[in-house]
Amino acid sequence: MGKVLVVTSGKGGVGKTTTTAALGAALAQAGETVVVVDFDVGLRNLDLVMGAERRVVFDLINVIQGVAKLSQALIRDKRLETLWLLPASQTRDKDALTEEGVRQVIAELRERFDWVICDSPAGIERGAILAMRYADAAIIVTNPEVSSVRDSDRIIGMLDSKTERAENGSRIDKHLLITRYDAGRAQRGEMLSIDDVLEILSTPLLGIIPESQDVLRASNVGAPVTLANQLSGAGRAYAEAARRLQGESVAMTVPNQKRGLFDKLFGRRAA
Amino acid sequence: MNVFKFFRRGGSAPVARERLQILLAHERKASGQPDLLNILREEILAVVAKHISLDPDRVRISMDRGDPVSVLEVDIEIPNKFDMPKTGAA
Repeated sequence: MGKVLVVTSGKGGVGKTTTTAALGAALAQAGETVVVVDFDVGLRNLDLVMGAERRVVFDLINVIQGVAKLSQALIRDKRLETLWLLPASQTRDKDALTEEGVRQVIAELRERFDWVICDSPAGIERGAILAMRYADAAIIVTNPEVSSVRDSDRIIGMLDSKTERAENGSRIDKHLLITRYDAGRAQRGEMLSIDDVLEILSTPLLGIIPESQDVLRASNVGAPVTLANQLSGAGRAYAEAARRLQGESVAMTVPNQKRGLFDKLFGRRAA
Repeated sequence: MNVFKFFRRGGSAPVARERLQILLAHERKASGQPDLLNILREEILAVVAKHISLDPDRVRISMDRGDPVSVLEVDIEIPNKFDMPKTGAA
């Protein structure tokens, strides 16, 4: 039986889709079978970040409505044999997702894969609640910034009340992933520090992803950052987070950008 | 505020942390409220239903939080055919 993860945040634009793709690819590289599921119905983007946008035929809604079989909708990654994508629909509206339909699809995916990673839409509406509904564990993606931290707090409250696990009286595992972190700015007191965010949200830390130009570069070419640039700060930080998910204990560091000669000569350039 | 300026030393992060801590303490209290009301609603309903049959949809519970006192308002509609004479207005 596989493990179901939801990648959620409340706030948009903090890196949920980037995180889903990067962790999915990192787990698949470690030999696990992984499916990443896009729950952002109407505004799908996981296909684009994974570089599979031209291979989408059927989607999650088609499967729920019985138009297509699950095996017809799943797209296998061209780089990693054990990585699969279940895209969201781009045209339907989010009401097409039903609780029962989602439950059945997740149950079937859980049978077939070691990891089922659900990429939640932003917000606290129906789509976000259905994405977290059947999860065993949650990854809360947070930027060290006031509005993101506030929304994460709200989402943590929902994970503890709206998920099936919470309703059955058991707990959902929660992991905090801090993204777009700039150690220098935090040190100078210009940005909330890791300790600040942990103290406020009191949720265990899964990893710290440094602000990195490689994230944009990776999405430009349609590859998870853990595949596009494994040596980048973000790539290494995601790989370490994936190992922690697998139960390994990896010392928590803020991996720095490995800078090539070109970068050293020309300094930081706007990506 | 001078206190903030003293701690800030060029960085605004301590202000962010303090604002968040105050705000979230407030919001967490507020978000606990609907749950408390639901629990109250279910338990009160269970007690009343032991003695009088009632329609669960005809029960309203609200809480008004005030400074010296808060008011818990329980409004249960009981159909006239039970326990009450037909002439008595509910």
